[in-house]
Amino acid sequence: MTFENVRWDEVWQATKDTLIMLGFSLLFTVLIGLALGVLLFITSRGQLLQNGFIYRVLSVIVNITRSVPFVILMISIFPLTKWLVGTSIGVKGAIPPLVIAAAPFFARLVEAALREVDRGVIEAAQAMGASKWTIVWRVLLREARTGIIAAITVTAVTLVSYTAMSGVVGGGGLGDLAIRYGYQRFQPDVMIVTVVLLIVLVQLLQSAGDQLVRKYSRR
Amino acid sequence: MTEALTDIELTVEKGDIFGVIGHSGAGKSTLLRCVNLLERPTSGKVVVNGKEMTALREKELQQERRRIGMIFQHFNLLSTATVTDNIAFPLKLAKWRAPQIKERVDELLELVGLRDHAAKYPSQLSGGQKQRVGIARALATNPDVLLCDEATSALDPQTTQSILQLLQDINEKLGITILLITHEMHVIRSICNRVAVMDGGRIVERGDVLDVFLKPQHPVTREFVGQVSERPDGGFASARHDGTVLRIQFVGESTYEPVLYEVVRETDATFAILQGTVSRMKNTPYGQLLVELRGTSGDTDRIVRRLRERGVDVEVMS
Repeated sequence: MTFENVRWDEVWQATKDTLIMLGFSLLFTVLIGLALGVLLFITSRGQLLQNGFIYRVLSVIVNITRSVPFVILMISIFPLTKWLVGTSIGVKGAIPPLVIAAAPFFARLVEAALREVDRGVIEAAQAMGASKWTIVWRVLLREARTGIIAAITVTAVTLVSYTAMSGVVGGGGLGDLAIRYGYQRFQPDVMIVTVVLLIVLVQLLQSAGDQLVRKYSRR
Repeated sequence: MTEALTDIELTVEKGDIFGVIGHSGAGKSTLLRCVNLLERPTSGKVVVNGKEMTALREKELQQERRRIGMIFQHFNLLSTATVTDNIAFPLKLAKWRAPQIKERVDELLELVGLRDHAAKYPSQLSGGQKQRVGIARALATNPDVLLCDEATSALDPQTTQSILQLLQDINEKLGITILLITHEMHVIRSICNRVAVMDGGRIVERGDVLDVFLKPQHPVTREFVGQVSERPDGGFASARHDGTVLRIQFVGESTYEPVLYEVVRETDATFAILQGTVSRMKNTPYGQLLVELRGTSGDTDRIVRRLRERGVDVEVMS
């Protein structure tokens, strides 16, 4: 098999686009999702700021964004995307929908990771006179750190597959290249190159995540 | 909704090692958590060190909690922090400066005997060592009161003894008042001077450990006392007894005196020991004997009278 159709400069550009989309969307997903996940956890039953109303409202919002298919979500929030980053197309225009799709997903993973924290440790911190804020920062997030790292890894991998859809808005990236050349123009060589690159990227993300989990695990 | 605690009125004196004993579900854990308001009572007052805890605002309560240490059955250490960092945690909360924290942590490591384990993580320690970290952490901010939530229930008997010894040392050396809850009577017997027995959310019996131990009134108390001593009342029925069976209790130094022998010798009667224990409770020796006197009824009456005169508790069983 020859790779005659592969234009390496395009592949390189697509790789950069994927990494940029992944990097920025992961950054904002983690920031927003972490806050949302903590909020979900502490407002849930029996926790520090138990509040059934806030919990249910957040929960419904999270569930809605998680049930809408990514492409549809992306299109339906065009005005919001334009307001946020000035455009709804290209790499820039792809980032807000990626974040909005991934943050609620990540928030649920964070909520689950926080639930794994020993209830007794929270109680001990309360008994020592720790404020709620201190408990969140110095106890909950600290004790749940390996769970949160694992959640970031899963989310990053999910974002890689979401970026493939960004071609719809001209976002570019490896997934888009695979669809345009490999699928629409019957150029299997391009498809193979891009798919291999995606596999390598996902492998790298997963093993980096696993290594961090091992490094910070104290069990 | 049923109440977890009902009609609780309890005073713990400064310097006490006060034990609360009860079965699971008796409310002892809730009672302990009411002291530092981890559980807020629906009515009534909690006063610690003269401060009415139930009237404090959140910030004041957090301050006041630093004067009350707490240790737990499952230790509740930060799994991601070293021994040193676990002990330093309450000091950081209290905004101590780094050099003072280091000095205090070293002191505490010495006190609980964990000097060589400072850099380890909890998962690398045994249960007893983890509880020592818990104790060091609880004592870090020099509290006046230490609350112990089933602190030895997850430990093996030998480790339990060493932790109880440590608690007693702390009480004696640092003058810290200890309030502990347990379901094991031997814990009460080893270190407590006062005890309250709980059942169904109420305190059913309370007093000096020795009194409660030797003369338990409530059935639940009897049951707990039975955990640690063969109360001499059953078992002798099968013994061949023509004489009078007495239950005798010695407390204090008379335990080691030949009181029984001396008193019986004044008459022509003889005696046989049917059952008995001689032990100590915290630092007080005590003895419980079941003896059968063989002699005339005049001799028997005289012996009972003379024993009572010498301060021995006597009960005529048959």
